[in-house]
Amino acid sequence: METKSKSMSEKDYSEENSSLWKDAWTRLSNNKLALLGLVTLVFFCIIAFLAPWIAPYGYEEQNLILGASPPSYQHLLGTDIFGRDMLTRIIYGGRVSLLVGFIATSVALVIGVSWGAVAGYAGGKLDAFMMRLVDILYALPFMIFIILLMVVFGKNLLLLFFAIGAVEWLTMARIVRGQVMTLKKQEFIEAAHSMGLPKQIIIVRHIVPNAIGPIIVYATLTVPNVMLLEAFLSFLGLGIQPPESSWGLLINYGVETMEEYPWLLIFPGLALTITLFALNFLGDGLRDALDPKTSKD
Amino acid sequence: MIRFAAVRLLQAIPVLFGVITITFILIHSAPGGPFSADKAVPPEVLIALEEKYDLNLPLWQQYFGYLEDFISGDFGPSFKYPGRNVSELIASAFPTTAELALYSMIVAIGIGLFAGVVAAMRPNSVQDYAPMSLAMIGICMPSFLLGPLLVLIFGIYLEWLPISGWNSLPGDKILPAITLGTGYAAYIARLTRGGMLDILSQDYIRTARAKGLSEIVIVCKHGLRGGLIPVVAFLGPAFAGMLGGSFVVETIFNIPGLGRFYVQAAFNRDYTMILGTTIFFAALIVSFNLISDILAMWMNPKLRQKDLGDEK
Repeated sequence: METKSKSMSEKDYSEENSSLWKDAWTRLSNNKLALLGLVTLVFFCIIAFLAPWIAPYGYEEQNLILGASPPSYQHLLGTDIFGRDMLTRIIYGGRVSLLVGFIATSVALVIGVSWGAVAGYAGGKLDAFMMRLVDILYALPFMIFIILLMVVFGKNLLLLFFAIGAVEWLTMARIVRGQVMTLKKQEFIEAAHSMGLPKQIIIVRHIVPNAIGPIIVYATLTVPNVMLLEAFLSFLGLGIQPPESSWGLLINYGVETMEEYPWLLIFPGLALTITLFALNFLGDGLRDALDPKTSKD
Repeated sequence: MIRFAAVRLLQAIPVLFGVITITFILIHSAPGGPFSADKAVPPEVLIALEEKYDLNLPLWQQYFGYLEDFISGDFGPSFKYPGRNVSELIASAFPTTAELALYSMIVAIGIGLFAGVVAAMRPNSVQDYAPMSLAMIGICMPSFLLGPLLVLIFGIYLEWLPISGWNSLPGDKILPAITLGTGYAAYIARLTRGGMLDILSQDYIRTARAKGLSEIVIVCKHGLRGGLIPVVAFLGPAFAGMLGGSFVVETIFNIPGLGRFYVQAAFNRDYTMILGTTIFFAALIVSFNLISDILAMWMNPKLRQKDLGDEK
């Protein structure tokens, strides 16, 4: 597969881009699990986006007389101890979980890509300094670091994005730097140089787009990590705060009452696990499709 | 080899220094101090307290004071537990966390290696798909979900195992170790499979097969040595992750370890305790990363050679 795309780029440079993507798409669509992941993910995202119109009950709608009831025809996933519809809670919780996943990943993406690209392109002392900083941050026990951040600065959503993004960009920076270092030795970059293009333009227009494959792959695999982290923090009571709700928080509540009402733990847990599954399968599939070289098998 | 180890050890110094600095800045830029959370302390007492712990000094003086103490091996007194110093507190809680991490590591390596090797021996067959699907579940099932589910099934419905505690009932370490170890078992299984697939397609394995060696000798003796390199390199980060994961597992199972201590210290603004624990964790993580990198390098003849030839 690798040789195929290479020979293609030799034949016709101008079409390389589109055919590379087409190629990747063909490979991805042959991967049933990855497609299933993609479909599931899109489905969950649409539901989360349309929550106010789709959810069968109001978010804060209580039915104290009903209390916690097992799944029934009226309440497909049962109700919690306040008689709130679980399906509705999970849909709204998914909104927050998915939002955190994508936004924090974008934060990590922006920091990581710019950091890695600059370090890799500059090389020399600046590179050494920048990567040393990454090493130092890597060695930080980051869970501790995030817990510290959340405890110390209060628990707001914006900070959560920042904290998670601040941790997750490191690997991205390393990957991008590695890519850039190989790319910058190649002839087309030399050509851009000799044409007198300024460095920023070369990085943004020529280097980053060529490293986009691994970036997409790694970003897809970062989203589940981020979502896990958010759930983890919410579980410790440091993440999303009520009345907002996320899957991690719902699981936290579910644990408290799991002996009497196990469905309050199982359904949000399922929602989170299925989403993580979908993202991981999609990420693996994308890696095989976009980046056959680093693919593990 | 030795050169590599020495360089890495030297590199650990700025890392630890960075950890101290970042943590110091972070906790001191936070609103509230160690004594502000208490029931209204009279102002005179507050001043006396702050003087006692040097909190009245300018920040940079506190910082260098702390560094000085740290270099001479003194983590300082705890603010919240008067009369006890941080080193004592860490020493009393850490063995529990270490024990938990050790058992979890055994679970992770045992299950992970076995599943990975089994999968790699017959790639793309049921023998491959079954353990790898399980591994995917292990990766996607967060510990704070797995733990309660295990408690629900084995502790409450089946009543086979105790649901919480540490060292109080027989078998109370099984569920925590499985909870913390499963995710890493899954990663190790995937890494083992990948590494083994790489190695088993090499020429020297074909030679071994041609010699008529049994499959078990080929896999265990010739395959594992090379196939385990990515796994060994992963053990350092895995250990770091386990320390972090121990927060949750210690909370779920009510285990008196360092993780719970730490969260408490952060809530209490116990500056010296936070700093001490963070540095302690960081030092542990740095040394485990170092050990696993050195081991991985020692196992890989190619890298050993490169280290000798490459004098950059």
